[in-house]
Amino acid sequence: MTIKVLGPGCMNCKTLEKRAQEAIASLGIHATVEKVEDIMQIAAYGILRTPGLVIDEKVVSSGRVPTVEAIKELILGQTVRATS
Amino acid sequence: MKLKPLWLAALLLAVWLIVYVFLLPAVDGLVYGFLKLEPGTRLTSALHFFLYEAPKVLLLLTIVVCGVGIVRSYFSPEKTRKILENKPLLLGNVLASTLGIVTPFCSCSAVPLFIGFVEAGIPLGVTFSFLIAAPMINEIAIVLLFGLFGWKVTLLYVSTGLSIAILAGYVINKLKVERYVEDWVYTIRSQPLDMQEGQPSLNDRVEFGFTQVREIVSKVWLYVLVGIAVGAGIHGYVPENFMADLMGKSAWWAVPVSVLIGIPLYSNAAGIIPIVHALLEKGASLGTTLAFMMSVIGLSLPETIILRKVLKLPLIFIFVGVVATGILLVGYLFNAIM
Repeated sequence: MTIKVLGPGCMNCKTLEKRAQEAIASLGIHATVEKVEDIMQIAAYGILRTPGLVIDEKVVSSGRVPTVEAIKELILGQTVRATS
Repeated sequence: MKLKPLWLAALLLAVWLIVYVFLLPAVDGLVYGFLKLEPGTRLTSALHFFLYEAPKVLLLLTIVVCGVGIVRSYFSPEKTRKILENKPLLLGNVLASTLGIVTPFCSCSAVPLFIGFVEAGIPLGVTFSFLIAAPMINEIAIVLLFGLFGWKVTLLYVSTGLSIAILAGYVINKLKVERYVEDWVYTIRSQPLDMQEGQPSLNDRVEFGFTQVREIVSKVWLYVLVGIAVGAGIHGYVPENFMADLMGKSAWWAVPVSVLIGIPLYSNAAGIIPIVHALLEKGASLGTTLAFMMSVIGLSLPETIILRKVLKLPLIFIFVGVVATGILLVGYLFNAIM
C-alpha cells in the first residue's frame, strides 16, 4: 500500500505526514508514506487545498489534517474497497 | 463523560463574557491600585495600553476565529468553484470576492486552487477576485479593526477591500491576460475528485471551530503581542501629532510611499493592525493608514512567489500593479473625504 501526502511543505503537511506514519505503525500494516512536494504533481490529483492525503492513488482527504484515528479508518476503508 | 462540543462552547462563552466585561476594571485596578502608578505618565499609559489591549484582542480573536470556523465549515473551495462556474463576468467577480471572505483558504493552497479554477473554466479575472479578497479580508483583520477602531473603520475596510477585489479582477479580465499564464496550467489534466465526506453534524462544526482557534491562535499570538507592544510604545512615547507631517493628509506622497513600503512587507493582520492603530492615534490620516495596512496584508512577497509558479512575470506585475492602484485610490479617497 502506498500513502502519499500532497503538500508543498507547510506546517499542516508535515503534521499529516507524521500522523500517517503513526496510523500505519498503529495498524501494523506494510505501507510506505511518500511526500509529494512538486506543485505540478499535486495539481494533477485535482485537489484545491493542501494538504492532500492519497491512498493507493485515490484522494481521500484534502485541506485538513485528519486525526490518526480518522486516517486509520480511511486506510481500512480503502483496503476493504480493494479486496471486495 | 466527555462533554459535547456544543455544551462546552456554551460554557466557554459564559466564561468569555465574564472575563471580557471585567477586563478593563481589572487592568485599571492592577495599574493604578496595585502597582500604584501615576496616571498620565508615559510609562503608565504605555503599560496600561499593553495590559488592556493584549488580552482584549486575544479574547476577540478566539471568539471570532471560532465563530468564523463554524461558518467556514459550511463552505469549501470545491463548493465555491461550483458556484462560480458559468457565471457572467461582473457577477462572477462579485461572488468570487464575497466567497473569498468565507471560503477556507491558505495562501499555501493558492496554486492548486488557481489550477482547479482554471480547469473548471472560471475566467481568470474571477479567479483573481477570489485570490485578492481571500487574504485581504479575513477574520483576524476584522477582529482587530473592530476591537481597536470600532465598527465604522471595520466596515470601511471590508467594503473598500471588496471593491478592490471586484474591480481588480474585472480589470484583469479585460486585459486579456490568458497568454501570461504558464502553459502547463492549461495542459494539465487532473483526475476528477470524488471524495466521500459525510455531512458533518453541528457538534462536528463546533469542534472544527475549536481546532481553528488552536491552529490560528497558536500561530498569531506572538505577532499580536509584539504588534501591541510596539503599538504601546508608540502610544506612550511618540508625541501627539508626530505622524501628522509624515503620514498626514497634506503629504500627498504619503499614500504611494506607504503602499510601496507595504507590498514587500509581510505580516499578517495580527501584527500590523496594533501598529497601525498607534500611528493613527498620533495623527496619521485614515486613508494613508488604510492603504498601508491593505498593501501589507493584501499583497505579499511570499504569495507572489508562490503564484509565480503558475503566472508568467508580466501577469505577476499586472496583478500587483492593478491591486496596488486600487489601494492607492482607496487611500486618496479617504484622505479626501474624511
